[in-house]
Amino acid sequence: MTAAADDEIAPAKESPETPLRRFVADFLASRLATAGLVLLLAVIFVALFAPLISPQNPYDLASLDLLDGRLPPGSQSAEGMTYWLGTDDQGRDMLSAIFYGLRTSLAVGALSAVFALAVGTALGLVAAYMGGRVESLIMRIVDLQLSFPAILVALILLALLGQGVGKIILALVVVQWAYFARTVRGSALVERRKEYVEAARCLALGDTRIMLHHLLPNCLPPLIVVMTVQVAHAIALEATLSFLGIGLPITEPSLGLLIANGFEYMMSGKYWISFFPGVALLIAIVAINLVGDRLRDVLNPRLQT
Amino acid sequence: MTVFIIRRLMQSAVVLVVMSALVFVGVFAIGNPVDILISPQADQAEIARATAALGLDKPLWEQYFVFVINALHGNLGVSFVFNEPALRLIAERLPATLELAFSAIVLSVVLGLPLGLYVGLKPETALSRTIAAGSILGFSLPTFWVGIMLIMIFAVELGWLPSTGRGATVNVLGVDLSILTWDGLRHILLPAVNLALSRIALVIRLAASGTREVVHMDYIKFARAKGLSQSRVVGVHVLKNILIPIVTVLGLETGAVIAFSVVTETIFAWPGIGRLIISSITVLDRPVIVAYLMMTVFLVILINLAVDILYSLLDPRVRYGEASA
Repeated sequence: MTAAADDEIAPAKESPETPLRRFVADFLASRLATAGLVLLLAVIFVALFAPLISPQNPYDLASLDLLDGRLPPGSQSAEGMTYWLGTDDQGRDMLSAIFYGLRTSLAVGALSAVFALAVGTALGLVAAYMGGRVESLIMRIVDLQLSFPAILVALILLALLGQGVGKIILALVVVQWAYFARTVRGSALVERRKEYVEAARCLALGDTRIMLHHLLPNCLPPLIVVMTVQVAHAIALEATLSFLGIGLPITEPSLGLLIANGFEYMMSGKYWISFFPGVALLIAIVAINLVGDRLRDVLNPRLQT
Repeated sequence: MTVFIIRRLMQSAVVLVVMSALVFVGVFAIGNPVDILISPQADQAEIARATAALGLDKPLWEQYFVFVINALHGNLGVSFVFNEPALRLIAERLPATLELAFSAIVLSVVLGLPLGLYVGLKPETALSRTIAAGSILGFSLPTFWVGIMLIMIFAVELGWLPSTGRGATVNVLGVDLSILTWDGLRHILLPAVNLALSRIALVIRLAASGTREVVHMDYIKFARAKGLSQSRVVGVHVLKNILIPIVTVLGLETGAVIAFSVVTETIFAWPGIGRLIISSITVLDRPVIVAYLMMTVFLVILINLAVDILYSLLDPRVRYGEASA
């Protein structure tokens, strides 16, 4: 709310220094972060338009030819199509498989992070605003969960729930919500004591309204940073679990599953089946982390001189 | 101090009870093991007898009680697949995992600490920038992908190191160890590096940021003014003061290292508990799953407790905070 208001006022002062513009300029000041942002946009573009830009539909069995199996990168198919990144054991074009896999990986990572954000933010806000018993109960659970390694929590849940897209998203949400809750509570505790919250209370506004319209917008900067880190974390964890064969089912091949699929051919020197999906995974994670790192620097007032 | 330890002990006990109940309810109460164990042709009486024999006709809380009593006697059930006590299966494979985890932790200190000190002392050199950038990468790279790359480069392309198994082992006090033979060392190097990588990055970051803070302190200036040599200032005065966060974080990471060895063990065919749990989850070998989860949860709780106590011993300020709270 405040940010929007500032944007409208600032141009009238004949100064191009709006908070948004300053933020963008600050962000782009780092060449590394700009490169990360460009990469990230490219990855998102590929994920969104995978069916349109893939040379082949990798899961349409009619378009696959088993005779084309395990061809090295740059080989030609019988119809004259070039497999730039080679083919897997089913004769699938790796480039297309990677595009589709990126789509699945990114969707699962982003979805679970969004759900975790919603759950964690709600609980963190309630904890900070209510205080007392509610707060200590919620924060006790957060501490408890953060004391366990993420992969152990995910293993427990997947052992209990079994496989499936919904289940892996649920497991990732359970692993991640605590980070959001802790972050939101931290900044909400500071904000809660400020005068605008008191003013809102004096106006007899409802608790929900104060939490969502007054506290939440002022807790956003750290949340955005945690969000980017967690999306990368979720993608990496999902890939790990799928690689281990306990993540996504074979009908929803993510990058992790593609890598696992090629792992057995690694020893015989057919590196491309595992290598290229790994590179795609790496690009996605590193790009998100670069952007997240820069956001942390730009959004953190303590680091600004 | 005693009050603090007692309170932490009780907290840990509560956590253990809660986790055991969760795991028990989750793994045992969902689905009916009788359906799997008995033939479909069995009549009602036979099913009832099997249910009674397994104790499944009792209320859930009583089943849980029996499970806890058995667990306290070291009986966590018999594996469906191996037909051996689940706990023995775990115990047989635990040394391999602990050996790997230990090697990884040692590697992360031996490599991470000097590199981090260097970055902290000379942050502007090109080498420091490279190390710092490398540590960011070490965080970003998923463990399994690094493992695959290590195999691809050092085992397949260069052929320098083996990529599967433990190699020759030496039996020390009834426990097989790989690190004591040349062949075993060659086998453990790649998996240990793989498991250590993100920990190395972590230690580099902690050591570097700690050093950068500490070098501006008055006691360092004083030590320099006294004319102490650089190696003594860094080796004693700086090191002592950056070590507390590193020890704590690494202690807490030990649990994560053991849990993440699931990934490394699968890639390098390391015969530890991580490989066992993955295969048990795929074939739904419930007793082994429960035994593994309980064992790991217990280990993590124990480690966290030990680290908390160690931390308050190392840093008296924490103790004061606890006492006044």
